[in-house]
This record gives sequence, C-alpha cells and structure tokens, in this order.
Amino acid sequence: MAGYILRRLAATLPVMLIVALFVFLMLRLTPGDPAAIIAGDNANAEQIALIRNRLGLDEPIITQFFIWLMNILRGDFGESFFFKKTVAELIASRIEPTLALSIATITIAVCIAVPLGVLAAYKQGTIIDKIVMGFSVLGFSVPVFVIGYSLIYLFAIKLNWVPVQGYQRIGDGFGGFLQRLILPSITLAVIYIALIARMTRTSVLDVMGEDYIRTARAKGQVEYKVLFRHALKNAAVPIVTVIGLGVALLIGGVVVTESVFTIPGLGRLTVDAVLARDYPTIQAVILLFSLVYVLINLLIDIAYTLFDPRIRY
Amino acid sequence: MTVEPALLAKETAAPRPKPGRTGRLGRDAGIIFGAAVLLLMTLIGICAPLLGTKNPSEINPAFRNRVPGIEQTIRNDDGNTTTFKYRMGTDSLGRDVYSRVVYGARVSLLIGIAVAVISIAIGLFIGLIAGYLRWVDAIVMRLMDGLMAIPAILLAIALVSLFRAGLLSVIIAIIIPEIPRVVRLVRSIVLSVREEPYVEAAIMAGTRTPLLLVRHILPNTIPALIVQGTFICANAILIEAILSFLGIGIPPETPTWGNIMAEGRGLFRIYPHNIFFPGLCLALTVLAVNVLGDGLRDRLDPKLARRM
Repeated sequence: MAGYILRRLAATLPVMLIVALFVFLMLRLTPGDPAAIIAGDNANAEQIALIRNRLGLDEPIITQFFIWLMNILRGDFGESFFFKKTVAELIASRIEPTLALSIATITIAVCIAVPLGVLAAYKQGTIIDKIVMGFSVLGFSVPVFVIGYSLIYLFAIKLNWVPVQGYQRIGDGFGGFLQRLILPSITLAVIYIALIARMTRTSVLDVMGEDYIRTARAKGQVEYKVLFRHALKNAAVPIVTVIGLGVALLIGGVVVTESVFTIPGLGRLTVDAVLARDYPTIQAVILLFSLVYVLINLLIDIAYTLFDPRIRY
Repeated sequence: MTVEPALLAKETAAPRPKPGRTGRLGRDAGIIFGAAVLLLMTLIGICAPLLGTKNPSEINPAFRNRVPGIEQTIRNDDGNTTTFKYRMGTDSLGRDVYSRVVYGARVSLLIGIAVAVISIAIGLFIGLIAGYLRWVDAIVMRLMDGLMAIPAILLAIALVSLFRAGLLSVIIAIIIPEIPRVVRLVRSIVLSVREEPYVEAAIMAGTRTPLLLVRHILPNTIPALIVQGTFICANAILIEAILSFLGIGIPPETPTWGNIMAEGRGLFRIYPHNIFFPGLCLALTVLAVNVLGDGLRDRLDPKLARRM
C-alpha cells in the first residue's frame, strides 16, 4: 500500500515536469524577445537588457529552465507586470472565490447527479431514463455562459430573488456569500451533473446483474437499499473516477462562470492576464490549475484502495 | 453519412456483442436528428447571403440596440422607400443580429470541422507510430500525459495568448489540447490489434512496417475516430464560442456566435436578445453534433462506449 502510494507519487513527478516544460517553453516560443515582451511597449534598450540579465536569458535554455523551475519551487512566480504585485500574492488574493465556487459546484453536482443516475438505471428504458439521459446530452451541449445568462435573466432580473452578479467574501456575512454563490454554482454544476449522471447510470447498470444484487433482493431487502447500499457502493469506483476527471471541465467552466458573474477569482484572473498578455501570471495559473487537477486524480486513485477492498496493488 | 454502409459491413464481419437495450429506431433517430440539424446549419451557413441578410459587419449608428422584429424604412435617392426588418434586433453598434447569427454559422462549422479533421490526422499519425514502435511510445506518451494534465480550455486560452488573434490561431489553440486524446485512443486500438493473427501473418509475409500500419492496422481505428471526430467537433465549436465570448478569440468584427454574445454582455439586462439568439443556435448545433456522435457510437461499435 505505502509502496503503491510512493510509486503513484513518483509517476506524477514526470507529468508535472512536462507540464512545467510546456509552460516554460510557451513564453520562449513566442515570437520576439521575452525580455522585450515582459518589459512592455514603453521600455528602452537598457531596461530590456536589465530584465534579460535578471531572468538569466543570457544562459543556455536548459539552465534557464532549471533556474525558472527552482524559483517556482520556492514559490517565486515572478512579478505580474500588469497588476504590479508578485504573482504569488495575486494568486493568494484570488483563491477564495474560486475555491468556494468549486466546492459548492461539486457538492450540488454530486447531490443531484448520483440519485438521478441511479434512478435512470433503475428505470432503465422507461421515459424517466430517457429524460435523464436527454438532459445529460443537453447539459454537455449548452455552453456554460448561455446557462449562466439564462439563470441570471430568470432568477435575478425577472424574479429578483438573488443579486445579478458579484461576489461577497465569506468573512463579510454568510448569507450574502451564499446568495451570490448559488447561481454561479448551479450554472457550473450543469455540465458536471450531465457527466456524473451518465457515468452513474452506466456503472449501476453494470452491477445490477451481479449475484449479490440478486441475493440482496432474495433476502427481501427493500429496493432503495438494494440500489443505494449494494449497487451504488459497488459502482462507486468509475463514478469517483469521472468526478476526478471532470475537474478539468470544472476548471474550464470556472474561467467562464467567473467572467459571466464577475467573480474576482482565479478564472477571471486568467482571462485578465491573457487580455493583458501578463505571461508570468498566465504561467502560474496554468501550473497551479494543472497541479490541482493532477493531485485530485492522484488522491482519487489512492482512495480506491480504501473504498474498494477488492483493489490491491 | 455516406461512409456508413462500408463501416456497417466491417461491423458485421467482426462478430461483436449486440448493443441491445435501445431499439434500432431509437438509435437511428439520434443519427437522423443530428445529421438533419447539422445539414440545416451547413446550408444556412453556405446560403447566408440569400437568406434576407445584410452585411453582418455594417454598422448603423442611428439604429442601435433595437428589439427583435423592428422595421426600418429608408428613403432612397430616387424617392422610393425600402423597408428592412431586423428579425433579431440590432446590437449596440446597430448591426443586424439576424445577419450576424446566420453568418456566424460559417465560422462555427468551419472551426468544428477543421479542428476535428486536423487533430484526428495528427493524432492518428502519432498514435499509429507510438502504438507500434515501443521506443517512440515511451517518449510520446509521457509528453501526451503532460499535455493532458493541463485542462483543455485553459491550454487553449494560454495558446491564443501567444499568437495574434485570428481564425488560424484559434484553430491551432483548439487542436493542440485535442491531439493527446486522439493519440491515446488510436494507441489503445493499435496495441490490441497488433496481437491479432492477421497482423502477425502480415509480418511473417514480410510486409514492411509503413504498409502494415496503413493497410492492416489503420482501418481498425476508423469507426472509433469517426465517433471521436464528432465529439471533437462539438467541443471545438464550444471552445471557439468560449474564447470569443471571453474576448480572446476571433477578432470582434467577425460575426461568430461567441462574438455576438460577447458584444451583448454589456447591455444584457436590457437587451437579452443579443445573447439568447446566438446562444440558442450554438446550443442546438452542439447538441446535434453530440447526438450524432452518440448515435454513431452505439451504431458502429458498442465497445467504444467504454473506451471513451
């Protein structure tokens, strides 16, 4: 078990190293002098030379990569030349909204999608199943911002139940925080619900033919317990896997949702950074999001061994 | 849709478990619906100048932010009047939203198809080689793992920041995140096919590797790639709309569904039509492609449902 965890951790390192290499090369592959790009339009030759020297751009490219990597491992992502702060500070100030949005989204998605998927599997082939599956395809197809604006139009403008846009820090009052978080979370949850409901249906259907389900029914277990205690438990591994893989969708959705609802989180920061060509910030955000994505999936892999005693490594 | 009979023949040649569950008509309904909507959208895109549109980029400062259905009467030089009906209203520059939506179909479909074709071509090439040559496999798959660790939309957003905004750079930025997924799929098929007796027989008969790959291994990947292609197409249309919507995609004067919505964001509370009409077209098109993909997957290879 410990050996397995170590092996999986070790396998994650090269992946992250390659991500770092991509992110590093991104700036180097841009047409033009990276020092000139960082210095901006109004810099003179001396300032560019200074930046080039400070970034170690005179060194061979491999040395440059390791200097850059070492800095990042120390938490030094450089300085954002648009926001006039260090990138590390910038990111720290933007984490809370994104974290709140993501957690709320995952919670909503799992609470809705898993029962829906189980229901669809139980009522397989009926109209209920078809509606759930139809909704799932629809969820994949409607862009996040269209869902977002439709919800704003209905609940904020027509019904006036919630504020239109914005974000309130959790420290400034829980009620307002929740009120502003609910629409963006539902918006973002739609695609996630589609994904999880589909996978839940498939994997529950897979186990419904197993002997232990027949045994449970034969001993007179009530149907909802058969479904949730026997079937769902055994169908959990693919469902949890897809929740982990769906984090990539979630991250993409966060970028859009935060723009629609003007939430000052990491997603909004990404877009602002791209619009301002703020390369140090872009690099840091991509590294951070990728690291989170990889780590979540690593944790899920490791968690299998705890969830499912049949899996031994 | 013309490829289907040939693929079906292949399907019956290799015995596979019957898909069961949904009836044949139910599955085909998806394919028919998807293909019909797609065909309709393609026709709309091609015939855009004939559909009562005007120049989608023509601004009309005197007629900004009008609600759908409004008519404008213009007195010409010769004294006659002509009336133009703005079916979907005008945007904040007075451009006809209907014309922009109709012309927007061109960009979306072009991007969807271009990204699907190119990323599959590149992914197929890399995947065939990686699946067959072990020493290439180790290096290529590590690179692909790294690329896949970056969420697709994020990678596309980062890539567009590197190039000058434009159609080509958007296409490239969407293709790169899709390639690893194609490579993985192709590689997994190659790995299972290369153990088949007919492949071993071909090797024994002295078939050279390039010919072996093209003639004996490549055909096995086609059904999976057609299905994957439709999903890539749907995804590409969505990502283009997202990039344009965020203001980092195709330049705003080009009519694309994402751009129309980006333009409509500011005045959304008062004039929601700028977002709803293009949003509806976008959702309908992506839905059609997805439904088509689902239908083709069930039809071509039920085993694919697990692989993808």
